[in-house]
Amino acid sequence: EQLINLLDTFTRVQAQRPKRPTGRTATSSNARKKGEEIESGDAATPPSSPSIHRFRNAGDAMMKLDMSALETQFGAPAGEDGGLLFDVDGAAMPAMEFPNCPDFDRFQAKTKDMVKNKRGTTTLAFIFDKGVIVAADSRASMGGYISSQTVRKIIEINPYMLGTMAGGAADCQFWHRNLGTKCRLHELANKRRISVTGASKLLANILYSYRGMGLSIGTMIAGWDEKGPGLYYVDSEGARLKGNRFSVGSGSLYAYAVLDEGYRFKMSVEEAGELARRAIYHATFRDGASGGCVSVYHVGPDGWKKLSGDDVGELHYQYYPVEKTPVEQEMTDASTS
Amino acid sequence: MSRRGDWVYENNGGTCVAIAGADYCVIAADTRLSVGYSILTRDHSKICELADKCVLASSGFQGDIKALHKNLAARELLYQHQHNKRMSCPAMAQLLSNTLYYKRFFPYYAFNVLGGLDSEGKGCVFTYDAVGSYERTGYSAQGTGSTLIMPVLDNQLKSPSPLLLPARDAVTPLSESEAVDLVKDVFASATERDIYTGDKLEIVVINKAGTKREYIDLRKD
Repeated sequence: EQLINLLDTFTRVQAQRPKRPTGRTATSSNARKKGEEIESGDAATPPSSPSIHRFRNAGDAMMKLDMSALETQFGAPAGEDGGLLFDVDGAAMPAMEFPNCPDFDRFQAKTKDMVKNKRGTTTLAFIFDKGVIVAADSRASMGGYISSQTVRKIIEINPYMLGTMAGGAADCQFWHRNLGTKCRLHELANKRRISVTGASKLLANILYSYRGMGLSIGTMIAGWDEKGPGLYYVDSEGARLKGNRFSVGSGSLYAYAVLDEGYRFKMSVEEAGELARRAIYHATFRDGASGGCVSVYHVGPDGWKKLSGDDVGELHYQYYPVEKTPVEQEMTDASTS
Repeated sequence: MSRRGDWVYENNGGTCVAIAGADYCVIAADTRLSVGYSILTRDHSKICELADKCVLASSGFQGDIKALHKNLAARELLYQHQHNKRMSCPAMAQLLSNTLYYKRFFPYYAFNVLGGLDSEGKGCVFTYDAVGSYERTGYSAQGTGSTLIMPVLDNQLKSPSPLLLPARDAVTPLSESEAVDLVKDVFASATERDIYTGDKLEIVVINKAGTKREYIDLRKD
């Protein structure tokens, strides 16, 4: 009977409230020893949690099955205040509460429709001989409604590393801020800056642990470290790719076309910036979900610097100035004279 | 077959607007609470004063909103006791973003607008989506009437984007009384075309002298 219970809870483990991590942090194991319920803010303990405890005890008594791959890595910060004041490990693994619903995926799909979160859209980055260029548009849409034309999609993680935002705006903002915190902690702990490889790995590992939960992040981490320029693509499916040229978002195909055509490894900073600006402009021209302003940044050995910020509406007339036909020219001359 | 606990949200409607000026901030929300086609009450405030220079207006599911406001007010009180001063508006903005994101998988169904004065005394407005993505802007509208109101605010108040380089000056040209009049006009129009907006309008104005509250009647149909 214990085996049946074990297998029963085993199959439902994904949909249930996550187990407390086994000894992941000193504080959480202390709380377990005290036998306290770890608070994560509000919500009453769902009725399913006693079976989780039963599961743990049943597993001890029987053959040790290795379930570590199934453990979701959500740490609840322990302590009497429930992590309100002193969130020591808050940077490591934020405590995320789960709804106790029968069908997690359907619930997530429905809330996604209801809430229509802000999503962002064309970003690109490439390495050339003088560093990394990072560029993005600035439109955010909620369904078909443009919720903002002034979104900062290039996120300054620290003075020498940039991240881009594509996919869910809240997801990108939150996890980039979290990454910035962890990079700073790494610097303080190791007395040296974190490499781009390391930073992208930190982010990729977190996103992999949330894989399948419905996060939507397509980001590029660009920076300059001891090995020179670095560029990684990281997404919410858990992918982490090292590369020289990336474009992410709904307008990425249009940006790739212009970028690939104009790209050379040896370019001046101005040429590279202009290529990036043109690529994003063309993406905003054809993609309805991209628009606003094009921001172009350059990451060099001294850190990042913003090269340009232009409204795409005005850029259009710069690239394609209106040429009046002779009849129109006569009409304007007649009206002004 | 719908099961109990399948869907726990409902939309209580309503609209919230905030406009930031050089040294003031106007936050306004209607006071109608609806469920489906019924009006439950004409007198429900959507505005919560979190700190002396920081006011939050939220529309959406009022159950989640009540919980969210209580949560934030409690955190603000803790901050006050720890730091011996009240929370500034930008600090509260990030706290709200984190609070919303921590419930990423079971969201607060709340569309928020946070308004107030920053530490330099300039007006600031922060606009959110339901899971915590936020941005500082000069003005914002959220809720069922937001798609009706935002274009009008864009028309009257749109300023050069802060992302432009070289930076262009972006100050809302209106005075405090003009901004309040604009808000009244905009709500009057939204009430005409949105069934969930109406009854009364609550306007809160924050400037360095303090906070002022005003109530205007809107159409009750």
